Amino acid sequence: MTVPALAQRRTAEAAPSASRRPWRDDLVGWAFAAPFVILFVVFLAFPILASFLLSFTSFGLRDIANPVGTSVIGIKNYVDLFADPKFWKALFNTFYFVVVGVPVTLAIGLLIATALSRGVTRFRTAFRVGYYLPVITSIVAIAVVWRFLLNPDAGLINMLLGGLGIKGPAWLADPVFAMPSIIAMAVWRNLGFAMVVFLAGLQTIPATLYEAAGIDGAGRWQAFRYVTIPMLRPTILFMTVITTIGYLQLFEEPFVMTLGGPLDSTLSITMYMYQQGFTFFHQGYASAIAYVLFVIVALIAFLQFKFLRSDE
Amino acid sequence: MTAIPAAAPAPAASISAPGSGRTAGSRWVYVLLVGGLVLMVGPFLWMLLGSIKPQADFLTAPTLLPSVPTTDNYSRLFDQLDFPRFFFNSSVIALAVTIGNLVFCPMLGYALAKLRWRGKRVIMGLVLATLMVPAGITLIPNFILMSKLGFVNTYPGLILPFLAGPFGVFLMRQFMYGVPNELLEAARMDGANEFRVFWSVVVPIATPVLATLGILTFLGNWNSFLYPLVMAQEPQMYTLPVALATFATGQYQADHGMLMAGSVILVVPVLIVFILFQRWITEGIATTGLKG
Repeated sequence: MTVPALAQRRTAEAAPSASRRPWRDDLVGWAFAAPFVILFVVFLAFPILASFLLSFTSFGLRDIANPVGTSVIGIKNYVDLFADPKFWKALFNTFYFVVVGVPVTLAIGLLIATALSRGVTRFRTAFRVGYYLPVITSIVAIAVVWRFLLNPDAGLINMLLGGLGIKGPAWLADPVFAMPSIIAMAVWRNLGFAMVVFLAGLQTIPATLYEAAGIDGAGRWQAFRYVTIPMLRPTILFMTVITTIGYLQLFEEPFVMTLGGPLDSTLSITMYMYQQGFTFFHQGYASAIAYVLFVIVALIAFLQFKFLRSDE
Repeated sequence: MTAIPAAAPAPAASISAPGSGRTAGSRWVYVLLVGGLVLMVGPFLWMLLGSIKPQADFLTAPTLLPSVPTTDNYSRLFDQLDFPRFFFNSSVIALAVTIGNLVFCPMLGYALAKLRWRGKRVIMGLVLATLMVPAGITLIPNFILMSKLGFVNTYPGLILPFLAGPFGVFLMRQFMYGVPNELLEAARMDGANEFRVFWSVVVPIATPVLATLGILTFLGNWNSFLYPLVMAQEPQMYTLPVALATFATGQYQADHGMLMAGSVILVVPVLIVFILFQRWITEGIATTGLKG
C-alpha cells in the first residue's frame, strides 16, 4: 500500500466515527468480524497449531478416540522424514513440477494476453472464454479426460501421432514421460488464469509508451521487451508467487492419473502426506510432511512480501 | 515455404503502426490464437464424444466419432451408480458454502474498508495470511476435530470450515473502498446504526460484486476435492469429484465411456454458469488477482 493511499483512507475513515466513543466502534467492528474470526480460530488457527504438535507424536488411527493420549516422540518424525528416500523423491518431483510448470504457464499466459490486448479486435470474447474454460472446470474431471487422451491404446494423442507415423510413448505409464505429461496438463489448465490477470495488468500500461517506442523505431519484440515486461513487473512477480504456491500443492493430477507412479515419478508432497495420513494412518508422520510444505510455502510468501515492498 | 513471403512484411507493418488492427502480422497472431483455441477446446470435445461412444468403440483402434451415438454411459451412471445422489451432495454443499460467504464476507469486508476499530490491522493480516495457507496443513487436525464432533460423513462437516473464505473477504474489501462515504454519512445522519447502514445502503450497492463472489464461491466448492475426499468416507456422502476420482482409480478405471460421461456431468453445469456469467467472473479475478 502506498503512502498517499493510506493517508487518504485514514481521513476517509476518521470522519464518520470522530464523534463516537472508541469502545463502541471496536464492538461494532468485532461484531462484523465475528463469523470470520470464529471460523478462522476453529478451522484454521487451531488446526495449524495442532498440526505442529501432532508432528511430534506417533498419532495413528487408534488415537482418534483419545487424541490427548497419543505418545510424544519428539523430533523422531522429522529425523525419519529426512532419512526417507520417498520423501526426498516427493520433494524433488514437486520442485520439478514447479520449476518447469510455473515459467511455462506464465510465459504462455503472457503471450496470449499480449496478443489479445494489441492488434486482435475480432473474436476477443471467444478467445478469452475459450482459453479460460479449463480454469473453472474440476481438476478431477480434467485429469480423467487427459488420462484418456494420453492412453497409449485408446487415446487421441497417440492416435494423432500414429497418423504422422510416430509411435507415441506410454505417457503416464513411463517414468520419464509421466511428469512432463502432468506438467503439460497443468499448463493447459492454468494458462487462462495467467492470461486474465495479465490482461488486466496490460490495460494499465498507457498506449503513449508504445507510441513513443514506435517512434523510436522499436519493433513488436522490442516494445514487448522494453515496455511491456518492465511495466508488468509487479504483476509478473505476483503471479509467480501465486502460481508457485498453487503448484507446490500438486495433488489431484497424480492422484487421478498415476497414483504417484510409475516408480514414484509423480509422487508429490501432498500426495505423500495423503498416503501417510489416510492410507496408512500415520497421522503424526503425515503432519510432519504437511509442516515441511507449510514452511516452504510460508518462506515463499515471506520472500514475496520483501520483493513487493522494495518494488513499490 | 509459402509462409515466408507472407510473414516477411509483418515486422515492417507493425513498426509503422503499432497496435493498429489487421496487418499481415496480426493475421499470424489470429492463426496462432485459433490454433491454441483448438488445443484448449479439443479435450472437452474428446470428453463429449467419448461419453456417447458405445462400449465396443473402446476395444478397437480409437476413432474421433462414435460408431453409433448412445446414451448408455449416462444411464449406467444414473441407474447402476448413485450419481443423482452425488450431484445432490455437490449442489447442497456448494450452495450452503456460497450462502455463508455471501453473508459473512461482505460484513467483514465492510468493517475492514469503512469502519474504525482496534484490531482491524491484525484481522486484515490474518485474512491475507489465510490466502497463503496450503490446504494440506489443516487436513489432519480438521479430520480429527470433525471425528470428535461426529461430523465426518455429514453435511456440516463438509460445509462449516468454508463458510467465510478469505478470498471473499478480500474481494469485498476491495469493492467497499469504492463506496462513497457521503452515502454512508447520509444514512448515519438519519440515525441509522452501522448494521442498518450496511444492510440498507451497502448491500444494495454491492449486488453486482456479490454476484461475482457467489459465482466464484459456487464454482470453487463444486470443484473442491482434497477436503471432501477425506471427510466423505461413505459413498452416500461423496461429492461428484470424489465419486469420479474414486471410480476412475478403482473398479471402473478402464470404463472410458462411463468416466467421460461422469466428467461431462461434473463439467457441464460449470461451463453453463461460466458462459452465462463470464464477464462477472473475469472481472472478479482482475480486481483481486485471485480465483477463489
